[in-house]
Amino acid sequence: MKVAFTVNGAPREAEVEPRRTLADMLREECGLTGTHLGCEHGVCGACTVLLDGAPVRACLMFGVQAEGAAIRTVEGLAAPDGTLNALQRAFQAHHGLQCGFCTPGFLMLATWLLERPDKLDEDTMRHVLSSNICRCTGYQGILASVRAAAQELGRWAG
Amino acid sequence: MGGIGARLARIEDPPLLRGEGRFAADLNLPGQLHMRVVRAGIAHGVLRGVDLSAALALPGVVAAWTAAELEGIPPIGFRQMVVGGLLAYRQPVLARDRVRYVGEPVAVIFADDPYVAEDAEELVLAEIEPLPVLLSAADPPGDFDGTHGTESAVVVKAYGDLGAAFAAAAHVVEMDLSVGRHSGVPMETRGGLAEIEPGSGILRLHGAAKVPHANRNAIAAMLGLDPARIHLHEGHVGGGFGIRGELYPEDVLLCLGALRLGRPVKWIEDRREHLMAANHSRDQRHRIRAAVDAQGVVLGVEAEFWVDQGAYVRTHAVTVPDLAAAMLPGPYLFPAFRATAHQRLTNKTPAGTYRAPGRYESSFVRERLMDAVADRLGMDRVAVRRANLIPASAMPFDRGIDALGTPLVYDSGDYARLLDRLLAAVGYEALQAGLAARRQAGEMVGLGLAFFVEKSGLGPFDDVRIELDREGGAEVITGVASIGQGVETALAQILSDVLGLPPARIRVVHGQTDRIARGMGAFATRVTVMTGSAIAIAGARLRATLLARAAALLQRPAAALRLRDGEARAEDGSGAAIPLGALVAACLEGSDAARLVEEGSFQSGHMTYPYGIHMAVARVDAETSGVTLERIMVGYDIGRAVNPMLVEGQIVGGAAQGVGGALLEEFRYAEDGQPLSVTLADYLMPSCAEMPEVAVLITEDAPSRIGPLGVKGAGEGGTTAMGAAIAAAVDAALGGRVPIDALPITPARLHALRAAACPVA
Repeated sequence: MKVAFTVNGAPREAEVEPRRTLADMLREECGLTGTHLGCEHGVCGACTVLLDGAPVRACLMFGVQAEGAAIRTVEGLAAPDGTLNALQRAFQAHHGLQCGFCTPGFLMLATWLLERPDKLDEDTMRHVLSSNICRCTGYQGILASVRAAAQELGRWAG
Repeated sequence: MGGIGARLARIEDPPLLRGEGRFAADLNLPGQLHMRVVRAGIAHGVLRGVDLSAALALPGVVAAWTAAELEGIPPIGFRQMVVGGLLAYRQPVLARDRVRYVGEPVAVIFADDPYVAEDAEELVLAEIEPLPVLLSAADPPGDFDGTHGTESAVVVKAYGDLGAAFAAAAHVVEMDLSVGRHSGVPMETRGGLAEIEPGSGILRLHGAAKVPHANRNAIAAMLGLDPARIHLHEGHVGGGFGIRGELYPEDVLLCLGALRLGRPVKWIEDRREHLMAANHSRDQRHRIRAAVDAQGVVLGVEAEFWVDQGAYVRTHAVTVPDLAAAMLPGPYLFPAFRATAHQRLTNKTPAGTYRAPGRYESSFVRERLMDAVADRLGMDRVAVRRANLIPASAMPFDRGIDALGTPLVYDSGDYARLLDRLLAAVGYEALQAGLAARRQAGEMVGLGLAFFVEKSGLGPFDDVRIELDREGGAEVITGVASIGQGVETALAQILSDVLGLPPARIRVVHGQTDRIARGMGAFATRVTVMTGSAIAIAGARLRATLLARAAALLQRPAAALRLRDGEARAEDGSGAAIPLGALVAACLEGSDAARLVEEGSFQSGHMTYPYGIHMAVARVDAETSGVTLERIMVGYDIGRAVNPMLVEGQIVGGAAQGVGGALLEEFRYAEDGQPLSVTLADYLMPSCAEMPEVAVLITEDAPSRIGPLGVKGAGEGGTTAMGAAIAAAVDAALGGRVPIDALPITPARLHALRAAACPVA
């Protein structure tokens, strides 16, 4: 089936079998391998992308369901010249990653948190980020990174 | 500037943050095939036959093999810690005649598309005649499968006069303790891509990790190839924790597929496979008794324990029982000691090492024992520990036994000082008083403390080659591996310290067998100690060469010159400076070499022993028996921290894994040997909702006596005694009325224990 959508603002078309997941479509058809697959059953959140502004598990959607959708992936966060955005810089400054495999999912989930109308507070941050799993950091660095980015962007309610 | 001791942000982060990582699944080659492994669905049985015909008939399937197609290929061998009699327990690449655990590979499929390969897997019919299953390692030893017994090895560590210790004892404290089956479960599953390089004919396996050189040699031996014709390549690695990078059947099948089918072959494990195929760990039951005098001094300890090895002995051989037994005494004198470890087979996924292997288990056992000793004598739990700590004056302290084949000699340590410092840092007295007041008010809340000794820097060697280019950049080629722990940054900082070169200009190469002849890899918390020392040694030689040349150019004595900020100039800042690139060019004058090269090697027959203390404050919910952690505090003496930020990251991340093993994670099995934890919804790992703030106190009171840097490793100490501390905290929260003798402490288990301890009339 033919699917048309946008990824990080650019229009895309892909020819995919109905059974291919959105994650596989992004990775294999679009070459966007920053979206990682950690469990393929919707628990770990490594494959989190933003679809029409909301975080989704790309492993739990079929590619064909993305017809007409606006998708954002980790590849769209940095400037075209590779300059890291505030959230990415905070992850580096606060040791928010080690192996980096879960990182794209956390970055996209945190991006959604930072773009919501309400300012971010500690409880909401922990509650939302608890939907993704990191096996390396013990989360402290991730929470510190998101907190710092929210502060820098004037999005912290504290 | 970013040398040793700097909290430098990692140089490896930017590509990972942009989604530009190159993990195994991200690699593709034209014409590649996709491999799918068919696994046994029955835990023990006679394999009557495997019918591949329907799978082979599926369009897109190129080949499918059973053990019959692997005739002559030996089982997977051992990488370390081999003892006699183990050969019969090795795992074949594909099961032949028998299957021994659910998840065991029985056939393999190669197809044009990964979805088609999975379709084909479902068409394979393995005829298995079920046999009775064994699921307990502590049962009396017996027949495993008609060909060999259940006890694959017995490891004994002993010193001192245990008989005299028990004869002199005022008290004998006995316990029966166990730690559940859990493992590393990295976020990236295993995977790889094998190719025969066009032209050279070299077999290249991408997706390697941990021990590329050892695996290269093992694969060559198994397939009868010249090791020079095989290279392993490590890209980004999504977490290791001990389990990733060991040689598994799938690695051999990938290479064989590429060799025989003439096309690249890719394999990416799915999560269900991972949880039933990659190494499990822990799962030990200990019976332990201590002879104690009237003052709480432990005179002797005798332990017997059973390690549930699963269905085969994998690459680690007896590493886990060896470490569990040898490091059981931890930081205490224990003048007499005997540990007898039984490695036993069961019809479960085979087990191997996982972060703090053996020590997570035996630290739980030792520290629960010390709590029990304190409780029996009516002593304070900290006071009992103080009474038994090895004094700093006794360092280096030779236990008279060995661990991982090296003499167990604690090289340095001031255990009492770390205890003092941590108690002061957390405000221990006030903290305990506050908790007591809350208990008085009806809350079930308590603090647990557990001491541990870790080990790091396993030898015997590591080599490095440092190449300086004419632009003033450096490349450090190592034989180690990076599993995401920050190797590139830490090693760059060490070289930066020696050469006064900003870390951003240093490129660290790891995990590439075609760049350096030999290498030990990344395990046993060895990289910073071993490779770091080799870099310091080679770097010092380079510095001498550079300064001698600079002395001639600047007409100043070399002793008055320094390398700093990428240039050579006088120590007092006077006079001209020479940029490093120009200095390298000057050193190479008259030669057409592009780079100034120095090699270094570091050998060590001893490990170095960092140590630490875990503390946890736990609250038990009266209704659900759920445990909430309120605080975690870790004190850790690392000798010297290369990058404190990365050390803290290792400790906090390790602590989370320790929390998982203490409260959540467990591979459970049904009575017929069916694994019940094959999704991440069943195998529960901590999220940020379960992790409290972890306060880390890094001290540098006891620099290592091994190597030129004084550093010890940080990789495992976050995990080691976490289970013990949490168990002690839950015990304290319940006022000592409920025995906390087993991990994980799940709500269901704790509820049953509480009901049994305080029956409602």
